[in-house]
Amino acid sequence: MIHSLRWKGAAFTLPFQLGFVFLYLVPIGYAVYQSLFRTQQSGLGLGGASERFSGLDNYQQGLTDSAFVSSILRVVLFACVQIPVMLFVSLVLALFLDALSSRAASRFRILLLVPYMIPGVVAALVWINLYSPDVGPLTPLGKLFGADWNFFSPSMVWPSIGNLLTWHGIGYNMVIIYSALQAVPRELFEAARLDGASEVRIARSIKVPYVRGALVLTGLLSVIQMLQIFNEPALFRNVTPQTVNDSFTPIMIIYNQAFNAGNYHYAAALSVLLALILGVASFLFYRLTSREAD
Amino acid sequence: MTLTEDRARKNPTPSVRRRTDPDPAVRSQGGQRFLLLGLVLASAYSLFPVWWLIVAATKDRTGLYQSNGLWFSGMHLWNNLHQLFTYEDGIFLRWTANSLLYAGVGSLGGTLIALATGYGLARFDFPGRAAVFACVVGSFLIPIALLTLPLYLLFSEIGLVDTPWAMLIPCLINPFSVYLAKVYTEATIPFELLEAARLDGAGELRIFVSIVLRMMTTGGATVFLLAFVNTWNAFFLPLTVLRGEENWTLNIGLYNWSGKRLESGVDLTSLVLTGALLSIVPMAIMMVAMRRYWRTGVTLGALK
Repeated sequence: MIHSLRWKGAAFTLPFQLGFVFLYLVPIGYAVYQSLFRTQQSGLGLGGASERFSGLDNYQQGLTDSAFVSSILRVVLFACVQIPVMLFVSLVLALFLDALSSRAASRFRILLLVPYMIPGVVAALVWINLYSPDVGPLTPLGKLFGADWNFFSPSMVWPSIGNLLTWHGIGYNMVIIYSALQAVPRELFEAARLDGASEVRIARSIKVPYVRGALVLTGLLSVIQMLQIFNEPALFRNVTPQTVNDSFTPIMIIYNQAFNAGNYHYAAALSVLLALILGVASFLFYRLTSREAD
Repeated sequence: MTLTEDRARKNPTPSVRRRTDPDPAVRSQGGQRFLLLGLVLASAYSLFPVWWLIVAATKDRTGLYQSNGLWFSGMHLWNNLHQLFTYEDGIFLRWTANSLLYAGVGSLGGTLIALATGYGLARFDFPGRAAVFACVVGSFLIPIALLTLPLYLLFSEIGLVDTPWAMLIPCLINPFSVYLAKVYTEATIPFELLEAARLDGAGELRIFVSIVLRMMTTGGATVFLLAFVNTWNAFFLPLTVLRGEENWTLNIGLYNWSGKRLESGVDLTSLVLTGALLSIVPMAIMMVAMRRYWRTGVTLGALK
């Protein structure tokens, strides 16, 4: 009876297992397979194209492709600035909420979560229009203070995207950090106060170390998302294609190779490379940040 | 059972409500004022783009380009809506219906599969269970491009590209939903209950449908809500697998409209903004209606 029960339990997961095979394992296997081939034009392109096994050539090309490498460096550099800023602001706001009465805290929490409810594409569209010199209020505001800024210029486009992502992400990260803060035993604060610790000191020495786990997790999620950033730059490209070119981020290159250049084999190799980089980056991030916590 | 369930519902994160008085030292007026000021500024930052969008959706073209962005000038919302819904034979309505279809039906199917899988993983010990769970967690790290491009090729070989199926089928398998369903099962379905039902002679399917699914309404609602939001927000997948505009989602439609100005000189800014505002509405309704669920969902999301 126990034996049959086991198989019945497995049967509950069967639809998922089948779907996972067809929607995850087969595509990944297919991508790896495709990445090992090349399209060869025979007879000066007149005889049609043929697929030819090319081993790791696509990978070698990817690793030496300056556009691909620099798109990764661009995104990594950006992540190193934007993610800490966003997490720091989220942490400060969570600490602020934690020091309020719970009724006031829940009101502010809802307000701060409003951006999280806005779909990502809509958020980008709204900010692009806020930045726009024609319809947005930010350009006249700058002129009022004597600043003539152009949010779509090459030097400003990353800060512009960074502000958009920060605006969109603060609420979500704050809620996660805030719920971690709520789990800190209150007696610790009383004890510290009796010992004469200030509120800032308590926040720094007790609260922050306690929520380190939440910070690591939100940081890891942000890193994974950032390496795959696509939506926001794609929308910015609609208004400023000179600044945001088609090889601005790794996924943009992959999309472009697949659908504009028709080079699926190379696009597949780049996707596999990106997956490996993502795996390594997550592992390193996790190791670095959790070692710090010891 | 109903009592604990009720309590869990009213109080999804018990610790959040535990404390009612602020910490003593911050009761000092200066401290509180500083905190409030910071939070008010942060709220203003969070809200002003939404406010701007609402205001912009009520303006006509001249108002949009010439008046102060943060305040109203003339009420043209109805006119804008009329334009939005009639532009290109009402294609915007079509996109809205598509988005609702993909997000609604796809998430419903995905939630059912996830609940069954989560239950199977949490409450049965079968060979290969660890491997299935490893697949679930491991897939969080797979980049979308690695899945979407080959999926596009496979779908185009079996003729699914450019049909609603290309959006619906991928929604059915959602590892994060499975993960959530497993966590919820562990929290709400005791082993003893299952054993009692078995002793009473209930079959496994019957137990799942009439006991487990019923006890998992809270968890199921959260899983559904998050999957709905995910599909509603999807961009890369629909951009890749949907070519003809009659199958597009709202996001792809708005993206396309926003690119028209550089591409062909047609300025659809006014339509884009009104459409953007409208595309928030279903999201806002879902979020408000299911507030108590998604807050736990957001928190659990951190465990991912």
